[in-house]
Amino acid sequence: MGANNHENITFITQIFFAVPLVLAMLWYIIAVIVTSRRYKKKWPLHRTFFWVTGILCASIAVIGPLAERAHMDFSSHMISHLLLGMLAPLLMVISAPMTLALRTLKVNHARRLSFLLRSRQTGILTNPIFTTLINGGGLWLIYTTDIYMLIQQNMYLILLFHGHVFIAGYLFTISIIYIDPTSHRKSFVYRSFILLIAVAGHGILSKYIYAHPPNGVTKSQSETGGLIMYYGGDAIELVLIFILCFQWYKATRPKDWLQDIVI
Amino acid sequence: MVTEKKKQQSHANRFAYSSRNFWGGFLFGLGLVAFIDETVFHQLLHWHHFYDKSTTDIGLVSDGLFHALSWFATIGSSFMLADLHRRHAFWLKRWVGGIFLGAGTFQLYDGTIQHKLMRLHQIRYNVDITLYDAIWNITAFAMIVFAYILFVHDRVGKTVNNS
Repeated sequence: MGANNHENITFITQIFFAVPLVLAMLWYIIAVIVTSRRYKKKWPLHRTFFWVTGILCASIAVIGPLAERAHMDFSSHMISHLLLGMLAPLLMVISAPMTLALRTLKVNHARRLSFLLRSRQTGILTNPIFTTLINGGGLWLIYTTDIYMLIQQNMYLILLFHGHVFIAGYLFTISIIYIDPTSHRKSFVYRSFILLIAVAGHGILSKYIYAHPPNGVTKSQSETGGLIMYYGGDAIELVLIFILCFQWYKATRPKDWLQDIVI
Repeated sequence: MVTEKKKQQSHANRFAYSSRNFWGGFLFGLGLVAFIDETVFHQLLHWHHFYDKSTTDIGLVSDGLFHALSWFATIGSSFMLADLHRRHAFWLKRWVGGIFLGAGTFQLYDGTIQHKLMRLHQIRYNVDITLYDAIWNITAFAMIVFAYILFVHDRVGKTVNNS
């Protein structure tokens, strides 16, 4: 009876996640076809590749064998979390979905979307300090209190948790690197400082989890989980830092660099 | 004639970007030492431990901050280096001096405050640690001294040129 109930829960949550993921995938591909037909300049293939890979990463995290193992096995939980909260958002951000939407929508709809992007609410939602707090603060709360144990037992909490991890990861990524049109811009120094704090917080929490297993997790599992979080996080953060620095490099290009060479 | 002018321009650029040369080197040195620490002492030799039971909370925070900083320093300083080259403002001696100062400072901080005071982890376990600590910190100190010599040498060169 218990096992049956558990299977039902897993089935419902998987359907719940599969529908928006499939829709997001279809939307992007259809938009690319429409926009490439309308304009001479084709939508770059690598952006479509990043979007599809991003959706796949998110899918692996919430649907299928890894997602099922994640309820019992802390290492699987960590891998799925890295995919859902860090890698999928990063890949989806660099595939520039807002640019695609603005290019594809009818002019008055695009105008409304751009108005929404410029609103004060969006400014708060994409403020680096705010996104770092909901991201890092959320994780600290989940892993250092009993919330982690509660999540594993309640279907609605799992949905909420996955949703939170993905959305917080996405907002954090767009608050640090500007790929899509961004109205509420912050300086490179400001964003670098916040990213530094966020990366440090991630590393500290990883080692904390390594040493202090959350309730319901064994010592050996929390050690492997902590290591996965530490080094896996490093790898993805490296890409984020690289993109931010590269954007700085492009933005500070000397305006009279041609003159310099001619002299 | 053209090359002479170019040389002068490049010389002026070096002075204009003197601090970027220094900080670029400093950050690169910090990142380099952290990278050697991670690959050689953690991953290859397995001397350092990921976590030590005597690690203090402040040790965890310091480790997290410097770990993050070292990633940032390595990537950021590489772009700074590219930036100096595209501005024809690269100053080798100043940059190398920065590397040694950054590397020495971080290694000294790691060897004294992080290893000893915050007890993050030791250089190696189940051995007499004194010699290891001595070599570690003397190397760090030597790098700082070498950086200082490079800077003094630079300054002497500058005054001679000016006079």
